[in-house]
Amino acid sequence: MHQRTVTVGSASGLHARPAALLAAAAAGLAPATVLIARPGSEGVDASSVLMLMTLGVGHGETVELSSDDEGALDTVAELVAADLDAR
Amino acid sequence: MTAGGRRLAGVGVGRGAVVGPVALVRAPAEVPDDAPAVRDGAPAAADDVEQVVVDAFAAVAADLRARADRASGPLAEVLGATVLIASDPSLLAGARAELGAGAPPVAAVRAAVGRFIDMFTSMGGLMAERVTDLVSVRDRVVARVAGAPLPGVPDLTVPSVVVARDLAPADTAALDLGKVLAIVTELGGPTGHTAIIAGQLGLPCLVQVAGATALEDGTSVVVDARAGELRVDPSDDDVAEVADRARREAAFADDTAPGATSDGHPVDLLANIGTAADAERAAAADDARTVAGSGLFRTEVLFLDATTAPSVAQQTREYTAALAAFGDRKVVVRTLDAGADKPLAFATLPDEENPALGVRGYRIDRVHPQLLADQLEALAAAAAATGTRPWVMAPMVATPAEARALATAARAAGLEQVGVMVEVPAAALRAREILAEVDFVSIGTNDLAQYTMATDRLRGELADLLDPWQPAVLDLVAATARAGTEAGKPVGVCGESAGDPVMALVLVGLGVTSLSMSLGSVPAVRFTLRRHTRSRCVEIAEAALAASSAVDARAAAVTLLDAEAAALLA
Repeated sequence: MHQRTVTVGSASGLHARPAALLAAAAAGLAPATVLIARPGSEGVDASSVLMLMTLGVGHGETVELSSDDEGALDTVAELVAADLDAR
Repeated sequence: MTAGGRRLAGVGVGRGAVVGPVALVRAPAEVPDDAPAVRDGAPAAADDVEQVVVDAFAAVAADLRARADRASGPLAEVLGATVLIASDPSLLAGARAELGAGAPPVAAVRAAVGRFIDMFTSMGGLMAERVTDLVSVRDRVVARVAGAPLPGVPDLTVPSVVVARDLAPADTAALDLGKVLAIVTELGGPTGHTAIIAGQLGLPCLVQVAGATALEDGTSVVVDARAGELRVDPSDDDVAEVADRARREAAFADDTAPGATSDGHPVDLLANIGTAADAERAAAADDARTVAGSGLFRTEVLFLDATTAPSVAQQTREYTAALAAFGDRKVVVRTLDAGADKPLAFATLPDEENPALGVRGYRIDRVHPQLLADQLEALAAAAAATGTRPWVMAPMVATPAEARALATAARAAGLEQVGVMVEVPAAALRAREILAEVDFVSIGTNDLAQYTMATDRLRGELADLLDPWQPAVLDLVAATARAGTEAGKPVGVCGESAGDPVMALVLVGLGVTSLSMSLGSVPAVRFTLRRHTRSRCVEIAEAALAASSAVDARAAAVTLLDAEAAALLA
């Protein structure tokens, strides 16, 4: 299991459009799955837009990512760190 | 000859009349929690139930994706979000867990989606707004599992009158517009989402029609927007009258020349738009709807679904597309008009007791100065990218000092033509001082009437007070137009009244120089204007101003109409 700690770069946090873009990208990495969690909490599937929104992570907060697939992990980490509101 | 049936009253949007069969936008079917899963019209075998549920989620996602692909702009994005929900792995996982615990399939789907509905509802705010999407996905999946009719917009096979309790943006996007004759809703207001879309498409529309969804699918109805009436099972005479009106309205279509009075006094006829897609539609019109540009580009449409302010880059893209569509024609961009009946997630103060009198329009600059700065920067960038010279104006300006501050900011951003909306009586009364600060003004008659008559725009039962023909409202329009004439600066009107052909003559008579309206209203206004001289318009305006009530003002104007125009507009 590989892990990363990333700071959320989207201006609105992982809501609405950024959450949708992230979930769609994570779903495209199947069968690899990436879990995303608030530090110390249980992870949720990054390809679930609903779970992402329930996390309610704001801009500048950190999240922990984990996956068995290092390439998938890198892809998701990069998106979490990016400002998806600007895309 | 048939007798002709019931009449249902509503509020009309536009002037058109059509006859056609009702196509109901269905409410979700009532499916009991223990209804069996259905495969090919028969109850599914016990070991196939889980697959039926899996297939139902997939089919709903595929159907929504197809609709999203056909839509464009913000609607495509709204639908895209619904697709993601329908294909969300946590919903399917939740439903499978419920099935494993022995729940029947419909109950399993409801429980899996319901978990998120409860969570989002309790989180409130923006999250609660997503509940509509969750409910829509839930009802579609349940209908698929149980083999019940799908809720939502019907697939139209013949041109039809679409009848709904209310139309969500997603429903509108799903309509095959080529087969929509008219739109009728039980809810909604004359300035709401449905009415604006219908106006842009030139479709007759009735809102606030109580009992409309009780009509049977396929019932023949006449939708008469001008009369604000739905006639059920119309008589042969009713049908003939609709055809006759269509023939007469076709007479408008021959005239595509620039707007002017019969003696050649030019009046810019412009389209109200909300998105780059509207701009493209309006700019591409090469029939009687041909316009000289846009007198009102409502930028808040860009912001409506956003949870945070769109970035300068996003705004620049949208403005560039809209400006490019109109080329060297005039485009008047209105800065964000949030607040009151158009709350925005990120720019509306949550605890205003009286939002129509609160921090809305230009006043938002007091609490969120970055919003206006970003808009002006994006607009200037779009102007540079397209080589165009857009006009910019701010809504809800009340004082010359506010007008000066706006003009300073806009000119510093590199924008040359700066104006303000006249919606607050204070601005109309001090139009001369305001025009000393800016290059033009544009009168928003809907809000000017609301604030002059102290009447909430959303209170249907006070519609008589909100009438732009109220003499007090006309007085303020006249004062503003007079100040513009004296200053030699343009005075436009961009409220709904600019699209009323008789009012258009009054406005021109008062000295208004441009009229901006929904695209569908342009032909009748152009035709009417062309049949009257400038001095006749002045006489009509004087007659309206001399009247003592709104009803008398309009009647006085109508008696002075040219006979042919009167026959067409009566």
